[in-house]
Amino acid sequence: MEPKKLSSKKYLYSFIITVIIFATAIFISNYFGQKKLEEIRNIQDKISIDILSSETQFSLLEESSCKDIGTGTLSAELGNLENKLTYTESERGANDPEVRTLKQYYSLLEIKDYLLMNKISEKCKKTPLSIIYFYSDNENCPDCEKEGYVLTSLRETYPDLRVYSFDYNIDVSAVKTLISINKVKNELPAIIIKDVPYYGFKSVEDLEKALPELQTLKNASSTTATSTRK
Amino acid sequence: MPDITNIITYIFLFASLNFEVFLLIIYFENRLDIKDEGRRMMLGVKKYPSVTIIVPCWNEETTVSKTIHSLLSLDYPKNKLKILIVDDGSTDKTWNNIQKFKNNPQIEMYSKENGGKYTALNFGLEKLSTDLVGCLDSDSYVDKDALKYIVTYFQDKEIMAVAPSVKLWKPSGPLQMMQKVEYSFGIFTRKMFHYLQAVYITPGPFSIFRKKVFEQLGGYKHAHNTEDIEIALRMQKNGYKIAHAHNAMVYTVAPRKVRKLLKQRVRWSYGFIKNAQDYKELFFKKEYGNLGLFILPMASISIISVLSITTISIFNIMRALFNMYERVRAVGFSFHLPQWSMDWFYINTELIAIIGIVATLGTLSMILISKKMSEKKLDIGMDLIYFLLLYMFIAPVWIGKSVYNALTGTKSSWR
Repeated sequence: MEPKKLSSKKYLYSFIITVIIFATAIFISNYFGQKKLEEIRNIQDKISIDILSSETQFSLLEESSCKDIGTGTLSAELGNLENKLTYTESERGANDPEVRTLKQYYSLLEIKDYLLMNKISEKCKKTPLSIIYFYSDNENCPDCEKEGYVLTSLRETYPDLRVYSFDYNIDVSAVKTLISINKVKNELPAIIIKDVPYYGFKSVEDLEKALPELQTLKNASSTTATSTRK
Repeated sequence: MPDITNIITYIFLFASLNFEVFLLIIYFENRLDIKDEGRRMMLGVKKYPSVTIIVPCWNEETTVSKTIHSLLSLDYPKNKLKILIVDDGSTDKTWNNIQKFKNNPQIEMYSKENGGKYTALNFGLEKLSTDLVGCLDSDSYVDKDALKYIVTYFQDKEIMAVAPSVKLWKPSGPLQMMQKVEYSFGIFTRKMFHYLQAVYITPGPFSIFRKKVFEQLGGYKHAHNTEDIEIALRMQKNGYKIAHAHNAMVYTVAPRKVRKLLKQRVRWSYGFIKNAQDYKELFFKKEYGNLGLFILPMASISIISVLSITTISIFNIMRALFNMYERVRAVGFSFHLPQWSMDWFYINTELIAIIGIVATLGTLSMILISKKMSEKKLDIGMDLIYFLLLYMFIAPVWIGKSVYNALTGTKSSWR
């Protein structure tokens, strides 16, 4: 029996072509990945400028009346950033160094936004309508995902409500300070409403009860986007 | 960060993309020769070899006459074509129905005790007096030019068997339309295997052999109910060349119901697995050429890859459903439209998505080439849509079942 012909060259060609296709795909994927990170950084810069500008505006108007400073002074981009960051985290994984840096920066922006909001509320003698939420990506928080759904739903119903969410274990000293000021125990999910901490899963109804002012917001139209993290 | 399921998926995607590229290279290299087949047939052959077609039948009262009529209308010298009907102990009116052909000089008919298709074929082989022999299942019909196309290949003395292109008889309805695409795809791959000397199935309907094949290698075997895979592998093992005549069309009636289709396919896949096991010495051996080094291993890998990719997909779908359930449980049904749906940011640009798109495009182009080869026209019809919608859900079922049967030793039955 004569040995059969082998198409060795064609094996090599097809292998090389496949490698080229894969390499091109990796390149395209990385290219768009970088573009997305850039976009997130741009949004962060925009928020940081927004906050700085609001703070400056606030300082300038320190002596003036409340009506010059509405909730519109708060950055509208926080919700957009939140969504994109969550999406990026699901694409690149929570352990991606880029994702981690972006999350740290995001946490700082949230705290600054929170402080500014408190100042405005104080000035205008209004109860600040905000929720601080601590979650964990670790497996020791089985209810965090559910709580995330609740808070997302809540902010969709009340666009004026500002929800600040923080990874309890994030390596940002300002977040650690926030935790110690509010004496938040490591029992997650944890929610702080008007300086009172609540632990464990809280439904939409529970949160509405804890923050009755929400009812007045129900039909108020607003351009301010707020955000929730799981 | 790619997790373990992603890595498995990448490996299989790389393997299947590599295979697609390989087949496309073979196609582009031989596309002129593929076109040339028609011209060679027109030139005709110097001397028509004598041919016997065995028609094994078992309870095929409704289709057997039509099968025989299609053989009688073959464009081939009448004195060179013999039809040998073997009734394998039918219990219906098959034997009565074929009596009307009794006086036709081209036709011989025999009745024997039921013993399975391969015994009917061997029974016919014993009565053989012609150079070439083939078989036609009694639920299949031949195109009138089929035999002429096939015999042109036998002008090459080394060609020991020629496989035809199998198409569906008047397909209708989603399930048959899906199979129509699958069969044309089969014509494409088989033709590429032809160029690689790696045809490993000589399909039951109308594969034609030299008489020598059975004289030297023996008759058909039970071969896990897929004697058409076994004989091809046996020939390959002994270095016999098998060709594929892509213009020689044979039509077969496809299952119309999912249950019947699954049964047929479990038998085929199970037959492939078991025969591949029986001929495992062909794998990874240089002397068996492309078949041993690439085609058989690739066919086996594709079984594993279909199963693992399906498992991963089912797992992902379950996870998504569970998340949805958790969400509904936490907040009830909510109908807020996501505000970001139009943003390019949310287009999936992960590597796996891009490679998936490329692999799908490769498959689509092969399907279109197949359609052009088998139907002589390039069109995108409902059949393609049914194929894309249904095949990936149905095929894993029969592949999974046949692997399960092979592992547990459950035998698959004929019908």
